[in-house]
Amino acid sequence: MGQLKSKGISLENLSLNFEEVHQGLSGAEAVEEANRCLYCYDAPCIKACPTDIDIPKFIKKIASGNLKGSATTIMSSNPVGATCARVCPTEELCEGACVLNHSTKPIVIGDLQRFATDWAIRNEQLLFKPGERNGKKIAVVGGGPAGLSAARELARFGYDVTIFEAEEKAGGLDTYGIVSFRLPQEISYWEVEQVEKMDVEIRTNTKVGEDISYEELKNNYDSIVLAIGMGSVPVLGIEGENLEGIHDAIEFVKSTKSGEITQELIGKKVVVVGAGNTAIDAATCSVRKGASNVKIVYRRTANEMTAYDFEYDFAKQDGVEFNWLTQPIRITGDDSGKVSELTCVKMELGEPGSDGRRRPVPVEGSDFTIEADAIIKAIGQTRHLSLIEHFGLEHEGGVVKVNPESRQTSNPDVYSCGDVIFGKGKGDAMVVTAAQQGKEAALAIHKRLSPAPTATA
Amino acid sequence: MADLRLNLAGIESPNPFWLASAPPTNSGYQVQRAFEAGWGGAVWKTLGDPILNVTSRFAGVSYNGQNMAGFNNIELITDRPLEVNLKEIYETKKRFPNHAIIASLMVEPSQEKWHEIVKRVEEVGVDGLELNFGCPHGMAERGMGAASGQVPELVEKQTMWVKEAAETPVIVKLTPNITDITFTAEAAVQGGADAVSMINTINSLAGVDLDTWDTVPNVAGKGAHGGYCGPAVKPIALNMVAECARHPKINVPISGMGGVSSWREAVEFMLMGATGVQVCTAAMHHGFSIVEDMKDGLNNYLDEKGISSVMDIVGKSVEKYSDWGNLDLNHQIVAKINNDVCINCNKCHIACEDTSHQCIDMLVDENGNDILRVREEDCVGCNLCSIVCPVDGAIEMIDYDNGQPPMTWNERQSAIGAAPSCDVKLVK
Repeated sequence: MGQLKSKGISLENLSLNFEEVHQGLSGAEAVEEANRCLYCYDAPCIKACPTDIDIPKFIKKIASGNLKGSATTIMSSNPVGATCARVCPTEELCEGACVLNHSTKPIVIGDLQRFATDWAIRNEQLLFKPGERNGKKIAVVGGGPAGLSAARELARFGYDVTIFEAEEKAGGLDTYGIVSFRLPQEISYWEVEQVEKMDVEIRTNTKVGEDISYEELKNNYDSIVLAIGMGSVPVLGIEGENLEGIHDAIEFVKSTKSGEITQELIGKKVVVVGAGNTAIDAATCSVRKGASNVKIVYRRTANEMTAYDFEYDFAKQDGVEFNWLTQPIRITGDDSGKVSELTCVKMELGEPGSDGRRRPVPVEGSDFTIEADAIIKAIGQTRHLSLIEHFGLEHEGGVVKVNPESRQTSNPDVYSCGDVIFGKGKGDAMVVTAAQQGKEAALAIHKRLSPAPTATA
Repeated sequence: MADLRLNLAGIESPNPFWLASAPPTNSGYQVQRAFEAGWGGAVWKTLGDPILNVTSRFAGVSYNGQNMAGFNNIELITDRPLEVNLKEIYETKKRFPNHAIIASLMVEPSQEKWHEIVKRVEEVGVDGLELNFGCPHGMAERGMGAASGQVPELVEKQTMWVKEAAETPVIVKLTPNITDITFTAEAAVQGGADAVSMINTINSLAGVDLDTWDTVPNVAGKGAHGGYCGPAVKPIALNMVAECARHPKINVPISGMGGVSSWREAVEFMLMGATGVQVCTAAMHHGFSIVEDMKDGLNNYLDEKGISSVMDIVGKSVEKYSDWGNLDLNHQIVAKINNDVCINCNKCHIACEDTSHQCIDMLVDENGNDILRVREEDCVGCNLCSIVCPVDGAIEMIDYDNGQPPMTWNERQSAIGAAPSCDVKLVK
């Protein structure tokens, strides 16, 4: 239970490879596991959850057969709790804190959370009602987990909320950025729908800064939440980067979640540059698209990579090869302008840098080449600098500066949450953190605009 | 959102979950914490002449690794002075005027003693009284608790004495340590009880240590029987509630208890005639916060069934409970094994083969797979195979049409001119 397990890859029907890998618990498994939970008092799992889900409470409700109550407990604390049940690094959060780590084995909290939220999805439950309208209007820019979370909370407080979403669908990375075999799109869609049914208007295909300006938002809304996440993958800055067959990992994953799975990688050699969460997703997607060989190249070692252990294990099960201490220096193409080779240099670890991780240094004369039909860049994400500047917010290299409690920016009417305020070396850019920050921004706005506390629905 | 408010013989509470008279309701501090957590009412730990307690006092019965499947105690009634309890009851009621506080009482079987204590506790503003005629250990040796609760005449007489003095509703709490609880329940009604509550704990010895040969629990190597409660006693309690609920002469509300651990058991007790439930062991196992799911689960259950008030489910299953002689002899069900779901543990086969009616065959199908099949013509529909089966959906019990019209034992006997049932003269 709880582990991702790779299965055989079909070359005949690629879309089969993108079906959710982990089946989830059966009813009997869920009840057995729920009854194993000790129902601790002042439970460490709650403290380990960034959104403070009352975990023993939702598990007790599974044990008693109150699945609606269980799902409500989860989603009340975390508006994207169904997604988090699948993508949270639970062994580093709730499950890592479970007291049973010290006696038997921890409760599979993520799987139980999935069991309860899956029940709510399957039974088309509407778990919350909007609060009594207070006549105030809030604009939320960005419909990813942080924006959805802020919008849901604000709607519960009674605000009239509009989300402005650049993409065709809301959900942000939950909808487009996390591979469907870990997070099927319908999960994200359900969470979006839960927010929409709170009378939140979601204007998709609407780019703030292009289709609607900051001035218009400022004039028409009492407060603004900026939850625009991050941008595309930056350039590697090496020769040959514009050849055909070079992909941005975020766009690459998104393409597998927007329409047919294409066949161009069948039998091909793929190299992924980087070893973060998205690199793993890009590599395992490549395997599932039928690539004959998938390599990850990373300039540091397994100890420094930002991918989680379970992601690393999963990629290894998928047959992804990891090349540590390997830095790309040049991409070579064939006569038709297609990628054919990646030249790399071996690295060694030197003194620790400003983020505490040991800095890689090239080893003289260690150049070597790797055959590649496609190269996928997964070395982080750029910042939406122009939009942040359009809002006139103080920032540090595209990371919007906020008050760490209220999430208020340098402009008192603008609050910001999610990846857009995620600074380098500040922990993990997790969905669950974005959700919590959205809640915090909503509460801070509520405190500012409606000083008397209002009961939530 | 369903209406969870309860009215038991005039005692009102915001929900049907009361803490039973027991260690959790020993003090004002505890009862106030319970009300903060959401309990609808509390029956204060039994007041009377303060007693002396022993250590140790409790023993849990684990079953297959599950703690506290049953629970046993040898603690007595309150060991604190009456004045202290009364002061705390007064303060608690003042802070929580809408929650029900019921004083559990136990004194010697004397009219004077009962009158005195009733007056004193009613002065501090309790919503009702519960007469403890059930405590099976310690107090019984002194002629109180179960000792008086096992004698219908004493139950009737003492209830009458209390009713002479009481202005608030009187609940009589009954002991299960008696052959037929309806006798004492009826006696309580005769005595004027406004309600009855059941069950108190069952005489028990939790265990014996295999190495020391001491009893569990024991006090300096010596044990005495205690009172048994917790999930294990639910079926016993549920039957007693149901028997009283369907008894024509026991026409007062019943407060049900015995193994209520979640909203599910509460619903069962209420369907079987209980107006609300009392809880102790589950709270002792997990703390007062368990009431949150009890209320939430009950509310979601009622909403899903389209029932607007919890009072509407009280007694809804009582008419479905009857005597064996009224069951249809010709109704037949048989087991059906779904081999697609079956995991081939063969537990159904061996249970049937060794201990029931030898009708489940172990076979090999045309593809060489092991399968199990019921010979329906030999199946008596006992349910055993489906009970031992570890997998949901592998064995269903399905209706089997034997072409016979319904006929009960009583109908059969009257049709052949025999006595309708065993003719035993009951001495009452």
